[in-house]
Amino acid sequence: MAVTDPVTGAAEAVLAPSPAARMRGRAFGHAGFVLGAVILIGIFAMALLAPMVAPHDPFDQVLDRKLIPPVWFDSAKATWEHPLGTDQLGRDYLSRLLYGARISLLIGFAAMLISMVIGTAIGVAGGYFGGRVDMVCNFIITTRLSLPVVLVAIAVVSLVGSSLSVVIWVLGLLIWDRFAVVMRAATMQLRGRDFVTAAEAIGCSRARIILSEIMPNVMNSLIVVATVEMAHAILLEAALSFLGLGVQPPEPSWGLMISEAKGLMFFDGWLIAIPGAALFLLVLSINLLGDGLRDVTAPENRS
Amino acid sequence: MAEQVLEVEGLSVDIPVTGGMLHPVQEVSLTVARGETLAIVGESGCGKSLTSLSLMGLLPSRAERRARRLSLLGEELAGKSERAMSDIRGNRMSMIFQEPMTSLNPAYTIGDQLAEPLERHTRLSRREVRERAVEMLERVGITAAASRLGQYPHQLSGGLRQRVMIAMALICNPDLLIADEPTTALDVTIQAQILHLMAELQREFHAGMILITHDLGVVARVADRVAVMYAGQIVETGTAAQIYGAPSHPYTRGLLSCIPIPGRSRPGEHLGAIPGVVPSLIGRMEGCHFADRCALVEPRCRKGDIALRDGSGSGHRYRCVLDPETPATQEAPA
Amino acid sequence: MLAYLLRRLGVAVLVALTVSLITFSMIYLSGDPAVALAGESATEEDIESIRRYYGYDRPILVQYLDWLGRALTGDFGQSHYLKAPVAEVIFERLPTTMLLGACALTFALVLSIPLGVLAAIRPNSLIDRLALTIAVIGQAMPSFWFALTMVLWFGITWRLLPITGSDSWANFVMPSIALGYYVTPAVMRLTRAGMLDVLATDYIRTARAKGLRPHTVLFKHALRNAIIPVVSLAAVQFGFMLGGSIVIETIFAINGLGYLAWESIQRADLPMMQAIVLVLSVFYILLTFLADMLNAWLDPRLRTA
Repeated sequence: MAVTDPVTGAAEAVLAPSPAARMRGRAFGHAGFVLGAVILIGIFAMALLAPMVAPHDPFDQVLDRKLIPPVWFDSAKATWEHPLGTDQLGRDYLSRLLYGARISLLIGFAAMLISMVIGTAIGVAGGYFGGRVDMVCNFIITTRLSLPVVLVAIAVVSLVGSSLSVVIWVLGLLIWDRFAVVMRAATMQLRGRDFVTAAEAIGCSRARIILSEIMPNVMNSLIVVATVEMAHAILLEAALSFLGLGVQPPEPSWGLMISEAKGLMFFDGWLIAIPGAALFLLVLSINLLGDGLRDVTAPENRS
Repeated sequence: MAEQVLEVEGLSVDIPVTGGMLHPVQEVSLTVARGETLAIVGESGCGKSLTSLSLMGLLPSRAERRARRLSLLGEELAGKSERAMSDIRGNRMSMIFQEPMTSLNPAYTIGDQLAEPLERHTRLSRREVRERAVEMLERVGITAAASRLGQYPHQLSGGLRQRVMIAMALICNPDLLIADEPTTALDVTIQAQILHLMAELQREFHAGMILITHDLGVVARVADRVAVMYAGQIVETGTAAQIYGAPSHPYTRGLLSCIPIPGRSRPGEHLGAIPGVVPSLIGRMEGCHFADRCALVEPRCRKGDIALRDGSGSGHRYRCVLDPETPATQEAPA
Repeated sequence: MLAYLLRRLGVAVLVALTVSLITFSMIYLSGDPAVALAGESATEEDIESIRRYYGYDRPILVQYLDWLGRALTGDFGQSHYLKAPVAEVIFERLPTTMLLGACALTFALVLSIPLGVLAAIRPNSLIDRLALTIAVIGQAMPSFWFALTMVLWFGITWRLLPITGSDSWANFVMPSIALGYYVTPAVMRLTRAGMLDVLATDYIRTARAKGLRPHTVLFKHALRNAIIPVVSLAAVQFGFMLGGSIVIETIFAINGLGYLAWESIQRADLPMMQAIVLVLSVFYILLTFLADMLNAWLDPRLRTA
């Protein structure tokens, strides 16, 4: 029976798991989250340990060992020395794949960070101050959305010249729109809440309110958008490199590997299948993690 | 005795939830005769709304309905398919909901939505449908009815929208009208108008009506008979006079002590309140459902199922093991 | 409604002007456009004459206004490489890209809306899980890789479809799928979420209480309201697809705007690149404007306001 005795009630409150613990419990019960985390940690570990685990130098060309198929192929050339075979220049495919993970993760993470800073600044400013400031922020977001990302990115890269940092900056400066849109909406919602009004009433500075009242409460959405945008940046980098306007040879970017193997794919389909599958797995794991985080941090929004 | 429009015996609803099975409606039996208004009264969560939805066959798909008898003018509804039920809904039995502001589809005009039951259930021509729609709007007291047909719900006030809902419910001449808190969301002055209109229309259409409400003031004005629900069960039922004159269940007496009675309640005097909360309806429950909040509780109240027993007059029944004390003047529990 | 329309139009024009400014300043990203144009073996005199010929010696603001003024009359200058009016080349290629975009959008909507509706009718059912799986996989697959894989299977292994060109409808099948599938997850999720929201509303209960047939409840009453946000999304995604068609058109050698953009970038054909970016941006602005108007019209609360 629902008897609410103050003493037992208090005891229950103490004994009940903390919100953080309950969130952890939900996270570990969420299949997508766990799967995404496992794959991502795996890829991250391989990227980090690439110099140790890679069997060969990823740039080392051995021209008489070209196009060895992966070991599972029924071929006389297949050898455990090159588990994933070698490419058209005789470079070990597994080693290139492992080093390629570094490029994808680096570009994805760095571009996401840049876009996070820009987008959050614009979104929070618009959402918090409202009025004219919001009109300007909204205008900036609308303008950015009307520029075609891929086209502008490759145009700029071709004009400025291609390098890892150029790709990172170009992507970071282009894909902040989702951060801005989500942060603006989230901040707007918080704007009218009592604890923000209370902070204003006791005379907290705007900077303090934004940093200590608004930001902690939009953190969940921010992290979820961050996963989406990191995946987005990784896919864009791959597309750019595939078009020859991203990471330049001989760097082992996955998109570039697919591009280089394009001409040979009719004979050796695995050349595009392997880096493609790696890209797919990486993006999938980040998305699963993001979806999982969204479900776990906002269970009431789950369908 | 007038023809019975609705006869319900042993109606129960079960909903699987996390932590067990919820029993929001348990063994409810009731009848409604032609031209009669039965009020189902109770706090929110007592199962009165689910009872009405289950009569209409509009329960959420997870919920399961059981009934020994559920007949509309002698026709058994319990085993009917969803398809057959949809032929009856809006046609022979219809329903009015609590929220007039959200109960009409914002994307379609009043005329379109008013015409739908006719298009679905009759073979009237377009012109006849339109004429009937205008006629019904006029009948529920909407002026300039013809021009209203082209308007959208957001262009109408809450009171007008509820009138449209009533017109829509009555447009096919139903035998039974179920009104679930039809006036709760409206302004007090509008409430009286709508109640008056419903009573008038019910007489005119000679339908049976179930009025679901938590407002005993409303009940006193329009109900012929009353069923008081508590925690999924009917705890007392009888004519309005019996319920108001000789309330026999402690819960009914508690409810009645919560409303001020002109001449008897002095200004500034405390109105009654029933302490405690409604019990959880998950899992099986033994004894009287009201036991935990009842001031008169005895050990035998907590044993076995408490059955309905006959009260002061014909048709008056209540679910309590105790004999009623001096009627009506029972002090409100502190 | 009229006030809203005018306000919205004003914003659209302002955005278009800002975009034109950004597009214009793109040519200065590489430093001096005359140097870039003249090539590596050019002498100081060659550069100077090129600078004067293209007017790069004038103040930047004058250059911009001149460029904008001519762009407004449909004159985007001469292509450096093709030696033909840029506008002519663009409007020759534009229909192909539009057709591709329309096919891709149709594919995406035909796949995603029914799946979203089905998933919403039976949440957590097999079909819901299938839809979710498709969404998760779709969002993770790089479109160019998906395109190449299709080419490999349907074009080479099974020889069902032509792999390059844009001459017949068969040429558009694979590119449309490759371009459209990336949009399906978003549209499907929005349709599903919208339908779930709408199906829980009071007016759906009213519709059922009237005894309406399930399909009337579902399509007339529910989908009509759930589809409103999908219209906006579809317009936005159509714009994105035109911008993203560059990858797909390059793979399938489709003679559209995207392929033209890629060629122009390879040839350092600045006026052409500028014009393509501007045309696609303005098209996107137009598209979102139309979507907002359509939205306002679909929602009687906005229409009659």
